[in-house]
Amino acid sequence: MGAVKAEARTLTDLTSFVQHNAGGSARFEVQVKGARCAGCIAKIESGVKAIPGVTEVRLNLSTGKLHVAWHGASVAPRAILERVRDLGYEAQPFDAGETLNESEREGRFLLRCLALAGFGTVFVMGLTDGIWYGGIDLSPALRQAFFWLAAAVAIPATLYAGRPFFLSAARALSRRTTNMDVTIGAALILALGLSLYETVVGAEQTYFDAAIMLAFLLLIGRYLDYRLRDKAQGAARHLLAMQSQLARRVRADGAVETVAARDIAPGDRLLLASGDRVPVTARLEEGATEADVSLVTGESLPAEITAGMKLEAGTVIVGQGVTLLALARADQSLVADLARLLEAGRQRRSLYVRLADRAAKLYVPGIIILAMVVFAGWMAAGADFAHATTYAIAVLIITCPCALGLAVPAVQVVATGRLFARGLLVKSGDALERLAEIDTVIFDKTGTLTRGSLTLNNREALPPGVLERAARLARASQHPLARALTAEAGMGPVAVGVREVTGAGLEVEEGGSLRRLGSAAWCGAAGGSGSELWYREGNAEPVHFDFRDGLRPDAPAMIAALRARGLRIEMLTGDNEGTAAAIAAEAGVDAWHARVGPAEKVARLEGLRAEGCKVLMVGDGLNDAAAMALAHVSIAPGNAAEVSQLASDMVLRSEQLIGVAEAYEVARKARRLVLENFALATLYNLVAIPLAATGLILPVIAAATMASSSLLVSLNSLRLARP
Amino acid sequence: MMNGIALIIACALAVGLGALLILFWAIESGQYDDLEGDAMRILIEDSSDRDAKK
Repeated sequence: MGAVKAEARTLTDLTSFVQHNAGGSARFEVQVKGARCAGCIAKIESGVKAIPGVTEVRLNLSTGKLHVAWHGASVAPRAILERVRDLGYEAQPFDAGETLNESEREGRFLLRCLALAGFGTVFVMGLTDGIWYGGIDLSPALRQAFFWLAAAVAIPATLYAGRPFFLSAARALSRRTTNMDVTIGAALILALGLSLYETVVGAEQTYFDAAIMLAFLLLIGRYLDYRLRDKAQGAARHLLAMQSQLARRVRADGAVETVAARDIAPGDRLLLASGDRVPVTARLEEGATEADVSLVTGESLPAEITAGMKLEAGTVIVGQGVTLLALARADQSLVADLARLLEAGRQRRSLYVRLADRAAKLYVPGIIILAMVVFAGWMAAGADFAHATTYAIAVLIITCPCALGLAVPAVQVVATGRLFARGLLVKSGDALERLAEIDTVIFDKTGTLTRGSLTLNNREALPPGVLERAARLARASQHPLARALTAEAGMGPVAVGVREVTGAGLEVEEGGSLRRLGSAAWCGAAGGSGSELWYREGNAEPVHFDFRDGLRPDAPAMIAALRARGLRIEMLTGDNEGTAAAIAAEAGVDAWHARVGPAEKVARLEGLRAEGCKVLMVGDGLNDAAAMALAHVSIAPGNAAEVSQLASDMVLRSEQLIGVAEAYEVARKARRLVLENFALATLYNLVAIPLAATGLILPVIAAATMASSSLLVSLNSLRLARP
Repeated sequence: MMNGIALIIACALAVGLGALLILFWAIESGQYDDLEGDAMRILIEDSSDRDAKK
């Protein structure tokens, strides 16, 4: 997370995101969200390329990073951002700084190690294994020359390619713990050392091929694991980009300047237009507007904001533009609090011990004891020291957890790949392991079980043509109800000269009469409250539009699937009892709590944890983020707030909830396959260890069994790809 | 015969190391940084992708 530190440097405007190189060329990185296909690449690259002066555009689809370069100072970074946004993608300036290559470097390093180990394996096996297969009778001198040649390739190659294991083992040892890499590192070094000794004394067998092949097979697992993590980090990169949000500040002399959100100081006056997100906690000084507070409270209707009211960071202005007085710095605002909370959750989760490490805890001491027993046994049986050592080392090499190193990453790569194809992004491998352990599922209501957007409930009851005429007004507004109406009516023309009165509605003079769309009072109707709009033409009878937040169509099927697995299901919502009961009944949830604020959600999660329950939390709003960070594992729908998507372990990319049930199924299957793989690896050891301990095993058998057990484990993992 | 073997081994080593060096160069020049994007780019059907690759 060196990126966070890099961000600490003060940025006053967008130009500080631009990196200038010698020779007058400039680079600018943009984090693009939403690009997924060839069409996106072509659209974005050709769109940005069309900006005069831009010489180079390249979108990396894996990381979502858009790289733009130009010569001279002719291109405004803002123009690039706006072009990408105009094309329909979210874009944030990305502080390339030091973060740029951290993950890329790791990937390239692993790939180089893998390539070198692969080459070394083939070459060394070609040299040494031919001897054991027989066919040609080599003179001892020539055999020794072959071994020296093998040593010359295998030793440097293994030492280079084994660095990921050596470094990890050294880190573990310096913390006075052990992990699988300690055994791997020891086995690699001992195998090379023993083989070198055998070569010097002119023995008939060496383990050079086993050592380099071990590194090769394990690196495959390591590279798969990296690819998985790299995908997950894409989401984190987006948060970093988000923190470089921009705001417009009014200077003392009245001029407006663009500043980074983190440079806002309490007392600054900020200018926000309709559609802008409030960057820090702020107060409305004068005037009135409406704001979408759904990210903060989960309430889907916009709140009226009058002078003197406080707005939390993350609120979106949907009424007319206003000037706000900043009350706090960005790092003291709600979003920053949540970010800290998320960090705490992440740290707690990092304490989770992955299956492979749990296996290593038993395995590592086990085989070291075994090797010592073998050594002691041979010494007791009267063997000389050199032979006893050789057999003990042979045990270490043969038991080295080759299949174990592949067992988990192979399954997880197949599982996440399968889920990805079904629209579910899994952010880490251990998230799948944790998902397989759950016994309770908690759902948020608004935006999770429901769509989170309002749909028209009484479309059939409307007089013909009214919807289209009302939509002509609605299209002029950003108000959520107006947008919901627009969505129902579809594309169409906008009325000219629409006036918007905050807190009341819209009006326009058209067709010789005054047409109004808005609240009941605005249209002179006796209405209730909540999700409704009224439309009136001149003196005609007002027409009623009734909106509600409908259940996602596949929610009941998803709940039923989870219930069939014996999971306890609960719904928590900030909404009132009436709505909660109706939605719960429709979805098939019988345990629910209404009027639950963010703090109570956290309390409920903590209560369940104290009971020993392992909870899956599915939620979307900022108000769920804290509870999600606390849950054993969490899933966010694709329309969730960025913070919730970051807090969660998995993100649904589609509108469909059924992915939750599918993820659980796949996670359980993955767990079963991992355990099967462990069993296969153990079986291999049961056969190989007695042979090694008694000195019967030949290096060629060691190599063959090692490769075949790894192959077996990989093939077994692939079974998960089948539906 | 032994001379032949020595020659073959030397050739194998040289070819292998050469291929390895080419692969290292490809990795360093970023050709493995965006496997998903490259898989998609094959579907883009105009000349602009040739320009973008510069």
